[in-house]
Amino acid sequence: MKFRNTAAAAAALIFGATTAAHAATLDDVKRKGEVACVVSTSLAGFAAPDASGRYTGFDVDFCRAVAAAVLGDPNKVKFVPATTKNRFTVLNSGEGDILFRNTTETMSRDADLKLSFLPVNYYDGQGFLIRKSAGIKSATELGGASVCIQTGTTTELNLADFMRTNGIKYDPVPVETNEEALTNYEGGRCDVYTTDASGIAATRTGLDNPSAHVILPEIISKEPLAGAVRHGDDQWADIGKWVVNALINAEELGITQRNVKSKARKSGDNPKVNRLLGTEGGMGAMVGLDDKWAVRAISAVGNYGEIFERHIGKKTPLGLERGLNALWKDGGILYAAPIR
Amino acid sequence: MSEAAHAAMARRNPLARLWNDKESRQVIIQIISFVLIFAFFFMMVRNAVINLEAIGKDISLKFLWQPSSYDINQSLIEYSSRSSHFRAMIVGILNTLLVAVFGIALATILGFLLGISRLSKNWIINKMAYVYIEYVRNVPVLLHILLVHGMIINLLPLPRASLTIGDGAFLNNRGFFVPKPDFEPLFLAVAALFLGGVAFAFWFRKYARMVQDQSGKHYPVFWICLAAVAGVPLLAYFVLGAPITWEIPELQGFNYKGGMVLRPEFIALWLALSIYTAAFIGEIVRAGISAVDWGQNEAASALGITRGRTLHLVVIPQALRIIVPPLTSQYLNLTKNSSLAIAIGYMDIVATIGGISLNQTGREMECMALVLALYLVFSLLISAFMNWYNRRIKLVER
Repeated sequence: MKFRNTAAAAAALIFGATTAAHAATLDDVKRKGEVACVVSTSLAGFAAPDASGRYTGFDVDFCRAVAAAVLGDPNKVKFVPATTKNRFTVLNSGEGDILFRNTTETMSRDADLKLSFLPVNYYDGQGFLIRKSAGIKSATELGGASVCIQTGTTTELNLADFMRTNGIKYDPVPVETNEEALTNYEGGRCDVYTTDASGIAATRTGLDNPSAHVILPEIISKEPLAGAVRHGDDQWADIGKWVVNALINAEELGITQRNVKSKARKSGDNPKVNRLLGTEGGMGAMVGLDDKWAVRAISAVGNYGEIFERHIGKKTPLGLERGLNALWKDGGILYAAPIR
Repeated sequence: MSEAAHAAMARRNPLARLWNDKESRQVIIQIISFVLIFAFFFMMVRNAVINLEAIGKDISLKFLWQPSSYDINQSLIEYSSRSSHFRAMIVGILNTLLVAVFGIALATILGFLLGISRLSKNWIINKMAYVYIEYVRNVPVLLHILLVHGMIINLLPLPRASLTIGDGAFLNNRGFFVPKPDFEPLFLAVAALFLGGVAFAFWFRKYARMVQDQSGKHYPVFWICLAAVAGVPLLAYFVLGAPITWEIPELQGFNYKGGMVLRPEFIALWLALSIYTAAFIGEIVRAGISAVDWGQNEAASALGITRGRTLHLVVIPQALRIIVPPLTSQYLNLTKNSSLAIAIGYMDIVATIGGISLNQTGREMECMALVLALYLVFSLLISAFMNWYNRRIKLVER
């Protein structure tokens, strides 16, 4: 099987065959029978293999929701772990169909790297993790510190900007993955680890004594984390976009993993629910799916709030507040476009 | 088919005649292979261009002049996050060259020591060198790099508990901090004497050879040259009152400030590459020396030539002839292996232009092509130099 893939790839290379960029990704995915989803190599709470080797996490559930909507089975996902450095190459080369990898949406990534971003699924900002014993109260006191940072990220650029504008000299220690950052931070190679605040919360859970470390008060950037697909396949981008929107709208409409099946059985008196659950409106056909697409996605992973609480919320080791990521009517800025 | 039928067919068909002719058949096969290879590369390039076009990307090097927006922790030239990607690439090139040059120097010294130890009659030295070589060269170099880096990070103390060496050098898991020389004007005189000494040494070697050719008289060339190159400038340095002030590194906040620093990533890469390559060089040196027939030694001692001069004038020149070509490929290996720097975050070519720049600009094709071209140029330069050296030491056969 492996050999056949390699041979096919070699043949494609030699005979100049078209890549996925040409073809309709939806057809490709249906033919393969699985969604190739680019995720983090390992980030607790967002995407990491559990004890039995099964990928779980916040980002992972979005992959599963897409697979459920498109193929009817949340397990028909092929996870493609990627580092911060190679994630876009993996997506653009066709090795991945969709990316949910705590990735910040920026203009240059959208326009120059040729990605189409899906709706933001986590509003984040860059923070700093440091040992309590260092006695530092603010990021402006970091002069001379060694700072571990994942290469190829927006945080790398934000850090350079922040340090320059504040006139702070520092020693950047570039690392490839979150685990490598953890090893270097624990070994004392760096005094500080900087990444998205959610990533810091996740990383702190992996430290020997989490309470010996503090997160500095400064949040030095906006990091809207969003899924992404390649430029040039609008239908596939629409599918990704509306699956994310469906999960957020489901929370707004009180549709949960538990009650979605019964609500979808017959048309109710709320047309918003009916359209989302496919009992009226024929919304699925607009993106090349059937009417039960959202029902499958929600029954596979639950609504946005359920995904959040299951993997990164207050009851998990990460213990993140909803904060900005609460629904707009609950004081957050999560505001999904309506399904109509 | 009979011989006659063959000939008849060949007469009818000129193509068949060409094919049946041994020489023209060779030409035809070469043309066909050339066309196939060319077509293959053409397809590859065309495929890349078409696929890039399909997702709306062009091929352009304009990004090289945009600000890089990232910081680099080790730079031999002025660099900040406002510098261009091009400058970041230069920083990467210099860092690669730095580790390659230091690595080649240390690997050569270690390798020659190992090679000589392997030939030693002392059982312990011999076996220790043997064990070292067999262990080191049978473990992948990446593991050596990770091991040395891990040892530096985890076994050396944190900055506050640094090991102090002498008065001004400090060793901790952030690097090796040494005083930085600050040259006073008088130091120019010392430098001038040193350059003069080097020139004198070159001249004196020639002169001594001439005298020897004419009269058979030996001068102690090595000691006289050493005195000229090192002795006189050192004397002058102290007579002039040591015209260098040293900037001593000081513990300030998180880490030492001032002085010069060898970063852990550099040290790890440098040591690992040297340790690994030295094992191979050791075997090459051993083979080279063993290949010189023992009779040559006996002949030299029969002529009354001392042991040291036999080694210097008879054995080593012949051994070098055998050692240099494989040594060249070890130097090339070391330089190319330095690209494994990425595993520990040493900012070489692959980490700068082939890593962060590539990722932040999304110019995979352009960046990888640049990295490829740069390694090719380095390797060809090293080969060219070693080939020149090889020609120089070749035995002149009469």
